[in-house]
Parts: sequence; C-alpha cells; structure tokens
Amino acid sequence: MKKKVLTVDDSRTIRNMLLVTLNNAGFETIQAEDGIEGLEVLEGCNPDVIVTDINMPRLDGFGFIEGVRRNEKYRAIPILVLTTESDAEKKNRARQAGATGWIVKPFDPAKLIAAIERVTA
Amino acid sequence: MDMNEIKEIFFQECEEQLAELESGLLKLNDGDRDPETVNAVFRAVHSIKGGAGAFGLDDLVSFAHVFETTLDCVRSNKLEPTQDVLKVMLKSADVLADLVGASRDGGSVEEGRTRTLVKELEALANGEAPSGAEAAKPAPKAAAPKAETPKPTDDSGFQPIPFTFDDFGGDEEQAADQTTFEITFKPRRELYAKGNEAALLLRDLSRLGEMSIACDADTVPALDAMDPEAAYFSWKIALKTDKSEADIRAVFEFAEWDCDLDVKLAEDGRGDDELPMIPVPFDLSAFDDAEEVAPATIDDASAAVAAAETASAVAKTVAARAEKKEAAAAPAAQAAAPAAANAAAGQTIRVDLDRVDRLINLVGELVINQAMLSQSVIENDNNGVSSINMGLEELQQLTREIQDSVMAIRAQPVKPVFQRMSRIVREVADMVGKQIRLITEGENTEVDKTVIDKIAEPLTHMIRNAVDHGIESPEKREAAGKDPEGTIKLSAKHRSGRILIELQDDGGGINRERVKQKAIDNDLISPDANLSDEEIDNLIFAPGFSTADQISDISGRGVGMDVVKRSIQALGGRISISSRPGQGSVFTMSLPLTLAVLDGMVVTVAGQTLVVPLTAIVETLQPEASAIHSFGANQRLISIRNSFCPLVDVGRILNFRATQANPVEGVALLVESEGGGQRALMVDAIQGQRQVVIKSLEANYTHVPGIAAATILGDGRVALILDVDAVVAASRGQSLRPEMSLAATG
Repeated sequence: MKKKVLTVDDSRTIRNMLLVTLNNAGFETIQAEDGIEGLEVLEGCNPDVIVTDINMPRLDGFGFIEGVRRNEKYRAIPILVLTTESDAEKKNRARQAGATGWIVKPFDPAKLIAAIERVTA
Repeated sequence: MDMNEIKEIFFQECEEQLAELESGLLKLNDGDRDPETVNAVFRAVHSIKGGAGAFGLDDLVSFAHVFETTLDCVRSNKLEPTQDVLKVMLKSADVLADLVGASRDGGSVEEGRTRTLVKELEALANGEAPSGAEAAKPAPKAAAPKAETPKPTDDSGFQPIPFTFDDFGGDEEQAADQTTFEITFKPRRELYAKGNEAALLLRDLSRLGEMSIACDADTVPALDAMDPEAAYFSWKIALKTDKSEADIRAVFEFAEWDCDLDVKLAEDGRGDDELPMIPVPFDLSAFDDAEEVAPATIDDASAAVAAAETASAVAKTVAARAEKKEAAAAPAAQAAAPAAANAAAGQTIRVDLDRVDRLINLVGELVINQAMLSQSVIENDNNGVSSINMGLEELQQLTREIQDSVMAIRAQPVKPVFQRMSRIVREVADMVGKQIRLITEGENTEVDKTVIDKIAEPLTHMIRNAVDHGIESPEKREAAGKDPEGTIKLSAKHRSGRILIELQDDGGGINRERVKQKAIDNDLISPDANLSDEEIDNLIFAPGFSTADQISDISGRGVGMDVVKRSIQALGGRISISSRPGQGSVFTMSLPLTLAVLDGMVVTVAGQTLVVPLTAIVETLQPEASAIHSFGANQRLISIRNSFCPLVDVGRILNFRATQANPVEGVALLVESEGGGQRALMVDAIQGQRQVVIKSLEANYTHVPGIAAATILGDGRVALILDVDAVVAASRGQSLRPEMSLAATG
C-alpha cells in the first residue's frame, strides 16, 4: 500500500514541489495550506508521516505540531519540519513542540525522501 | 506538472507576496502595530526566499535573507519600525521586486543599489540607526546560507542530512578502511512521544556496515507494572564500518536529545561486558513490513530485534491500531477530507488572453448580428406581436447577458496599477527631497484589462507631476502651516457605467497667475482673454504647456498634461482638474469600463445617424420656443427649471450644416461633461437607444475631432459615435479648431 503523506505549507510553490516530489516517489499526498487546515485535514486522513512548514498564517508549524501531539488518535505520527532556519533555536522549539525531525531548505527532493524514509517503516 | 510550471507558479506567487509585503509595510508606516501585520510581511519575504532557494536563484536568496533577518528583528520587537526604518524596508521591497523581475526575465539589477540596501538592512539588524544616503562601498556579499554542497552518498543510497553542530567529539578517529564502533543507545520516553522509532534508527545504523546488537531488557517490569509509553530497552551495538563517528551520530540526528547515546571506537573490536550481550546478526528484512514483525518472526535469534520493535510499538499500538480500524470503517470520511483540501485550489483557471479577446470579438459580432436580425424582423412584421418577435426579445436579452459575462472575464481590479504608483511616489519623492504619503482607495474596483493596461502610463505621468509640481517642499509646507508630509490620494470607483479615478493632492494648487502668464507667453491665449478660474486650470492640458521653470528629469521635457489628456481621450475617457489655491488639486478621470461596447442613443443630425454615449446624457427634452434665449451673435441658451444652459447645435459644430437649426424642431440632449458643466446638445431626432460595438476609426482615419469612434448599426450602416467632451469643449471655443491642432501635434 502507498504511504500517505500530509504536507502543510502556505507557499503554493513549495506545495507544488512537495506534491510532485512525493507523487514521483510513490507516496499518496494530501495537502493543507496552514496549521488550522492541517489539523482539519488530519481528521480522517490518517497519514503515515506529516511534513510541515513553520512560518504560516493562522496557525504556525509549532502550534500545528502541538495540536497533532495532543490528539490521542494521531499523536504518534512522525512529523518532519521543513525549515530554512538551520539554527539550533528553531529546531529546538520544533522539537519541544514534538517534531520528529527536520528538513533544511532549500528544498531538495532527495533530502525530503531520505528524511521521510528515515522516520517511516 | 514539471519544474518549469512550478517555476511559473513561483513567480506568480512572488507577485502576490510582493503585493502583500508592500501593503503590509504601508500599513506599518501608517502606524499599524498588529503583530499579524509584521508576521505577514515577514512571511512574504520568507516565502520568496524559500521558493528562490529551491530554484537556485542565489541573488534573490541572499537579498531576501538579509531582508528577512532585519524583519525578524522587528517581529521579535528588537527593532522599532519607525518611519526611517520603514523607508529602508520599502526601498528593500522595491529591490526585492526588481530581483524577482530580473530572475524571471533574465535581466539584472543595479548592484550598487542592492549593496547599499544590504548594508542599511544589516545596520538595522545590528541595532544601528538608519543612516542617510551612504556611499555605496563594495560590501561583502550578503551573508546568506550557501547552498549545501552535496554530501557524499553512501552505498545504501542514503544521503545524510546536513548537520550543523560543532560539539562533536572531534575527528580523533580517522575514517580508516574499517573500524569497529561501540555504540550504547538508550532511548527516553520522549523519543517515542515525538514519533521517533528505535527500530528505525537501528535499521538505519545497520546500513552503515556490519552490525551486531545486544538488547538490555533487564529494566522491563512485570506486565501489570508496565507503563505503555515508557522506554525500557537499551541497546549495545558493535558496528564494523568505514564510516566516521559523525556519520554514525548523523543517524541519531533526530533523536539526539531524547536518548543517551555513546559512540566510541572499540579497543579490540569487542565491547566490554557490562551488559549481557546477545549478539544478533541484524536482520533488515524484519522491518520491511513493520506490521508483521511481532507475530511472525519471534524466535531466539531475532529476540532483540523483536524487542526493539515491541518497545517502540507499545507507544503506538494502543491508540494507532484501534484508530486504524475506526478509519477503515469510515472510508467515505477519509476520501472527503482530501477532496475538500483540493477544492480550494481549483477555483481559478488560467486562460490565454488571446482566447478571451477572440471570444469578446465574436460576441461583438453576435451583438451586431442580433441587432440586424431584429431590425429586419421588425421591418417585415408591422404589428410586432408574432412569436418570432418574442423570441427575438429573448435573444436580445441573452446576447446582452453573454456579453456582460464575457466582459467580466477580462475585468480586473485596478490594484496592481495602484500599487505600482506607490513605488513611483516613493522614488520621485526621494529624488526631489519631499515627504509624501500615498493613500489609495477602491483598489478592488474592476475594469476591463485593456483599460487597465492603458491607464498605467498616464497615471504614472500624473503621479510624477503631483509629486514634482503639486506637493510643495517640506519647508514651504511648514511655512504655510501644513503638515510637512504631503498627501496624495488615489481613488477609484464605479459611477454610472464608468470608472472614475481621482488623484488628489494637498499641495499648493494651480498657480493661476503663472499658468495664465505662461499660456500668454506660449501664444496659447491672447493677453486680453477673460478666462474663468476653471478655464485657466484646464490650460495645463493644452499642448506644449509646462509650468516647471526648470525642466526636471522627473516630469520630462515639458510633454506634460496634454499627453496625459490625449491618452485618456484615446481610451474614450475624460480628464478634468479642479484646484484650490493653497489647498491642492484634484484630477478626475472618467474612463469607460470596457473598450468594446457602449450604450448609446441613436440620433439623427442633418440627415446623418450619430450615436451619443448614454453615459454622458443627463436627460432629453423637447425645447419650447419660450425657453430659448438668444445671447450675443450666435449663442443661445435654454432655460431648464430656472437655470440657463448653453445650447449647442451638433450639426453646426460638426459642420454638417452652415446655419443653426431651429431648436424648437429638434430635441435637446442635456449632457454633463467632466470639464465644463452642462450643455444642451441639439439634434434633429432620436431614433432609439441601443448597445453598440465600438469600432475604432483611428487606425484608418487618425483622430477625428468631435468623433470618438464608429459603429455598425442593425441595418448594416456605419454610424459615428459622438465625442461629447470634444463637442462641449469646441462649443466653448466656438469651433473644433483647437482640438484639431491638438490632434495634429499627436
């Protein structure tokens, strides 16, 4: 069965890149545009892994991750953070919120797939 | 979808982000301190940087990075967004826009300007006050993150994720051919809580070389005392590999904080025996399907592996498995969610403009054809009650609706044009040392794309003029008791089927003395001409008129407002000015919403059929002899409800006839023009009212004074469309001659 990935990013460009990259790698991809929509879509789509941006309107990546981890049903899902910031502080905040791992932008398809494979069986 | 299409999307998105950026900065400039505004501005730059990085647009990335760093200071309240700070930011937004444009179209951006701004931004981020115009010294290239050089890929195809921690144990171990590492790995419960998985980490580790593993299960309590989310196992691993310690630690990159990890070189290839070791050849296949591991492969040899799986799975199993069943029971709900997510993306489509234009042309032909059909039916069916007639009426209504809908496809808000203006105001104000803020209103007013494309240029010209000539210098303003910062207001609204664009400044207004003198000097008027204030103001639209005593490089070489007026007129628009000394001027432009059709009144003048745009007509009336008053040699006035209005014979103005017609035998159309108040236009008879498709005459006949365009009527004949403003203007100057000379200079 195809692995299912939920991506959460407000940038249309990045959403499209994620979609193309993930579909080419044989994943089923579900997309949301911000944290609020991410949490809404999460209900009922049961992804194998989540990839989320940090800077987003309405609800940012930190809030989204906390929301997922608070959810009894979905809290064990691996969450990867897409981030341009490679500084330790942002990573730390993401980790404290409950992120599993991170992918440092610029967006690189190989890096993305490698990171997803690392956290999924 | 391929990369080029995504790149196209990226540039579209950049435009949106740039607009967002600019409007956010302007809000901040107006004193808005909503954190969400700052966030939106930050996100806009961040987003551009993110996409640019993906496409390797390094110049864009470096500049966006510096900009973003400074914005982050504002976001975290380290930098107060004062007017001076925002000035630098607005300029940076302009440069960012230029860089985006250059990346898209392959141009280049003036490097000095970029460098200066990078320095200014960096200074702001470092807590220095914004300096003025600083000499553009060659600055070191912006400290942007360099694109990572590709890391070597190991034999399993795994590419390590870049790792930026300096606190590694150094490189005391040389990456010799094959070394054996002893690794102790003890996860804490947090590791599982964050969705990491000891079994997966061990799997990745096994890919680095030859691995044997021992599990310490001593701390596992009895089942009834077991906390399902706790971490009880730890592992001792011996790994024979040609990789370095850093490579090994990279495997645990995501888990580092949530486990005790010890990696060291084995002294003799064997670990010490503090823990009971059960050496197990690590079996990768056990992880191929995690769901099956636990029940299928438990035997002595793989006990450690299974234990690893169990420990981590415990955390997940209870909740996740139960949930999976639940989810399977509701596949419909599952399918619905992604569908909803995708719906938002499909609400717009992109269509080639040529196709829309062709459609609009075809609909234009349809309208003409429908009118011709109606006419021939009416001619052959005198009583007008047949079913054909009824059908035709419905056809007419449908045609009309199709036309409106088709025109709506091409309608666009004026916002992009208005936004361009704010940049022009900034740049010109900077050049002439004035402080000016631009306020825009009604940016979402929609108008046909063809009109939008054509108003940008005259509007730019007018804005430059307003900044250069309209608003006074800060010193002058202060001396006059005004706010040293000038205000220019640009607004758009719909009014009776046209779009009205107003450009208002709070400057000194028209200097009538000087304008009049200049007009006399330039032989535009005679020295003894007795002109009203309004007429003097409108002199600035005369060809070759410029009041700038010194020609500046901003407003050009004296090709001033006459050029503006001509281009507005070419659009079927009107422009007028009203000015109050010391308080400023208002330019009002009225433009058709579309250049394709207009509602017109079909009239007869001296045997000719003309079309008068309906938007210009206030009312129609049949003059009575008692209402007509002669005034001077050939001026006549008509009294309407106790006010007098000049009577203009259209036939005479257009030279259709030599003498004025008797007003009592005709019909008067009361029209309102932007420039000169009301006039009553005399025509011989009204034929009817209909929508006509505008066919330009200018391509074949150049500009004909008094005539805006032509159309084809239902009976196939060509009718001229009257240019009401030109006729009214001509009635003031008695003939169309001045208009003619104006047209000749174009």
